[in-house]
Amino acid sequence: MNTVISSAKQTVVIGPEHPFVIIGERINPTGRKILTKQMIDRNMSMVCRDARRQVDAHAHVLDVNAGVPVDGVEPEILRQAIQAVQETVEVPISIDSSVVAALEEGLSVYEGKALVNSVTYEDERLETVLPLVKKYGAAVVGVANDDTGISNDPHERLRIATRIVERAADHGIPAEDVVIDPLALTVSADDNAALITLETIRLIRENLGVNMTCGASNISFGLPWRSTVNAAFLSMAIAAGLTSAITNPLEAEIRHTIYAADLLMGHDAYAGNLIQAFRSERKRQQTSN
Amino acid sequence: MSREEEIKKGLFDHTLVGEADEVVELTQEGIDLGMDPLDILFGALIPSLQEVGRLFEIGEYFVPEMLVAARAMQGAMALLRPLLVDKGAEPIGKVVMLTVKGDVHDIGKNLCNIMLEGEGFEIVDLGVNVKPEEVVAAVQEHQPQLLGFSAFLTTTMPFFKSNLAALSEAGLRDSVKVMVGGAPVTPEYADSVGADGFAPDASAAVRLAKKLMVDMGYDVSMGGDDSEGASALTTAVQAVEELMVKSGKHDE
Repeated sequence: MNTVISSAKQTVVIGPEHPFVIIGERINPTGRKILTKQMIDRNMSMVCRDARRQVDAHAHVLDVNAGVPVDGVEPEILRQAIQAVQETVEVPISIDSSVVAALEEGLSVYEGKALVNSVTYEDERLETVLPLVKKYGAAVVGVANDDTGISNDPHERLRIATRIVERAADHGIPAEDVVIDPLALTVSADDNAALITLETIRLIRENLGVNMTCGASNISFGLPWRSTVNAAFLSMAIAAGLTSAITNPLEAEIRHTIYAADLLMGHDAYAGNLIQAFRSERKRQQTSN
Repeated sequence: MSREEEIKKGLFDHTLVGEADEVVELTQEGIDLGMDPLDILFGALIPSLQEVGRLFEIGEYFVPEMLVAARAMQGAMALLRPLLVDKGAEPIGKVVMLTVKGDVHDIGKNLCNIMLEGEGFEIVDLGVNVKPEEVVAAVQEHQPQLLGFSAFLTTTMPFFKSNLAALSEAGLRDSVKVMVGGAPVTPEYADSVGADGFAPDASAAVRLAKKLMVDMGYDVSMGGDDSEGASALTTAVQAVEELMVKSGKHDE
């Protein structure tokens, strides 16, 4: 099953027979003081810089989140950020908010088929987000938790994912336009956290067959060697069936590991993409030296 | 070295590396030998946690090591708490703590719980993803003096307002003081939703909790505010938090 998203100029296919899709996570003000301040001031210069840098680092899609700690302004800032990113780079966008009004504002200016990030299995969320996804012909990330929280049981996460796909179908959204987030929690707090995620990915691949994405940087919270832990998790998750991730392509270890995993999964004929990426990085290094 | 001294050294060493079973065993042995529970707490456990904090500060320790050390300490606290109550160390107040609806981040809230408990508060922890109606029910049932809301996401912060509205609707708003916190929360935001106070970290939460208690006319002098142990715990948790904030985020 393939999920197709697009911008005005590019199409990206997420699917088990395609190279892994990197959704760049950087345009998000959480924990970033300067970006937060700029967004509140409606200054999009760092948003544009982060967009360019991530695309240069081979992000296929950019996540855009404008969750600043000021009431009521997120819709307007998200719209401006999306417009700024569209003017700066050509890749498709994942519109990231849990404020429905912000999703709508973002979708209204988006040129192409967006990925809406995200909806959980909670009635009020499903009944407000899914109609928007349908109205704008977008794809949607469905997070495998409900109003009772996040289950540690992979089978329960599968059940919730299945219900999200069913509810999307009720709204006329086909399964290929639902990308499930199997949820990766930090192994700092629970050393079974990654195993639960990996088993959830396997179950969803075998039973639902839909595409999956997840915030892959959570897994290493509070640890040394964060990029290494993230990269190790990603390569295991890719083998288990994860088809995209919201992660930081600016980290060389993560970026390189994903190229390597694609090759090992048989998604990079003659290692063409890996070699090309290597050459372009070497060239950039030589010019900067 | 007397057995009492060996026990204290053992408690310090095992807490430092988060060996909960050993810490519980030694605590029980100390109690059986008639050691002063305050000496066990302030002479061994808290200095050990302070050392954990110091090791964090210099980048030697990481979050999982802090969590196992805190868990080991909590195991010992479960044994010591009834004895401390017997010694007349009554709780200085009751706090209901929760992470708001839609949000499952609880590391910061749990640190606040440990700190508040260490300072003599009784904690009722409602956990994560708590709905406004559950907040109201808990205030009715437990009748706390203080209520603490945590949110880690800008998108769940609006539930501060929902919770406060639900309390007002139930006629309970004036029966508790409300403190809020969480990574994206600012003092201005806390003000704008009508909370009684904002704390950026767990040690600030303790100071805020005590201030709010005093504002309500309670005596909080039993909490050991001036003891070295309390400030040690404050230092430790502060250091841990700073590091967690650093390690949890990529800043520019």
